[in-house]
Amino acid sequence: MLALVVDDSAVIRTVLTRILSGLGYEVLAAAHGRDALNKLEAGARPDLVLVDWNMPEMNGYEFIRALRGDPRWRALPLMMVTTETEIDQVARALAAGANEYLMKPFTPEMVQDKLALLGLTSTQG
Amino acid sequence: MSVSPEDFRFVCAFMRDAAAIVLDAGKEYLVETRLGPVASRAGLSGIAELIREVRRDRHGSLARSVVDAMTTNETSFFRDVAPYQHLRQNVLPALINARGAERRLKIWCAAASSGQEPYSLAMLLSEHFPQLETWDLQILATDISQTMLARCRSGVYSQLEVNRGLPAALLIKYFRKNGLDWQVDERLRNRIEWREFNLVGRGWGVLPKFDLVLLRNVMIYFDLETKRGILANVRRVLRPDGYLFLGTAETTANLDDAFQPDSMHSSCFRQRAA
Ligand SMILES: C[S@@+](CC[C@H](N)C(=O)[O-])C[C@H]1O[C@@H](n2cnc3c(N)ncnc32)[C@H](O)[C@@H]1O
Repeated sequence: MLALVVDDSAVIRTVLTRILSGLGYEVLAAAHGRDALNKLEAGARPDLVLVDWNMPEMNGYEFIRALRGDPRWRALPLMMVTTETEIDQVARALAAGANEYLMKPFTPEMVQDKLALLGLTSTQG
Repeated sequence: MSVSPEDFRFVCAFMRDAAAIVLDAGKEYLVETRLGPVASRAGLSGIAELIREVRRDRHGSLARSVVDAMTTNETSFFRDVAPYQHLRQNVLPALINARGAERRLKIWCAAASSGQEPYSLAMLLSEHFPQLETWDLQILATDISQTMLARCRSGVYSQLEVNRGLPAALLIKYFRKNGLDWQVDERLRNRIEWREFNLVGRGWGVLPKFDLVLLRNVMIYFDLETKRGILANVRRVLRPDGYLFLGTAETTANLDDAFQPDSMHSSCFRQRAA
């Protein structure tokens, strides 16, 4: 299983990589939406995308819109992971096509619970 | 703050009597970390003084605070996911079918903790079984801890709590942002009846008959005899074709032969036909 982590913070990329590795994922990291789209165009085939909201070049919201506008990526499980915590923001991200939404700060259990909601891992054991 | 061997023995006996909770030897640290703050909040010099007060009045407010502090309240929205899937796909459709004539459903969350479990259930019902709006639907949620019940009633959860297991789509539908916290909207809060209930107390007689009982992750703290007694009581308040859910690691096996696991889900139990 491959996860694509899109965040401009190297610290968050490292934290998410560690958590996802612990859950059995291989991780590909991108620093912003444009970088992530380039990686997808270059042939990356993730099973899951985790994306921050505020990033340079192309932010997470624009990235989701671009992704969902393309039939190749329309069904790719995607979770927003962000410091944006207003209800309108959550609603906007979901409306744009995010499947889940995780607010920073988060713990490994929270990531695992969310992946279980996406049907991607079990919370048991 | 450290606890003397004698005070530790007292707390063990007290928790046994008050809540049937078994504290194993070596759990002194638990008493220290949990009762230290209770003593400070009450303006007492330490655990020794707190315990002196509780010895003097075993039913007073300090005694209640000790019970509150010594119980473990770990919980989360849609905990373990799978039981809720089984409820949605199998148990609730079967119950709704079986109760179609009387149009009445009674559900009991018997260890509600801070409320995530009954609220998860209420959201699940509202999302997937809207026909129940016109039924006589009772969701009773109980716990021994008054502190927990107050939290349940307020329906206020921190960002960390709503981050755990709660689908974002349900967060924006059933919660309002309240400063940094999130609050369950009033309609959902009003759907649940909150009550104090001690599983080892004498209150069983006033309970109605339930179609579904959730008794998850609470019997793990009890000894064998207590578990047996509670399951015998559950049988009395559970309708013959009703369903019992325990925690994922729990079972009725070797405790109560009248129950058997549901072939489709290992933490769901039915009563054997008499
Ligand atoms: C770990 S929580 C379980 C919460 C929820 N059922 C779940 O599975 O996530 C255990 C709860 O049992 C309650 N409890 C402990 N002893 C009890 C007793 N004797 N009667 C009723 N509730 C009790 C505690 O107050 C605590 O809120």
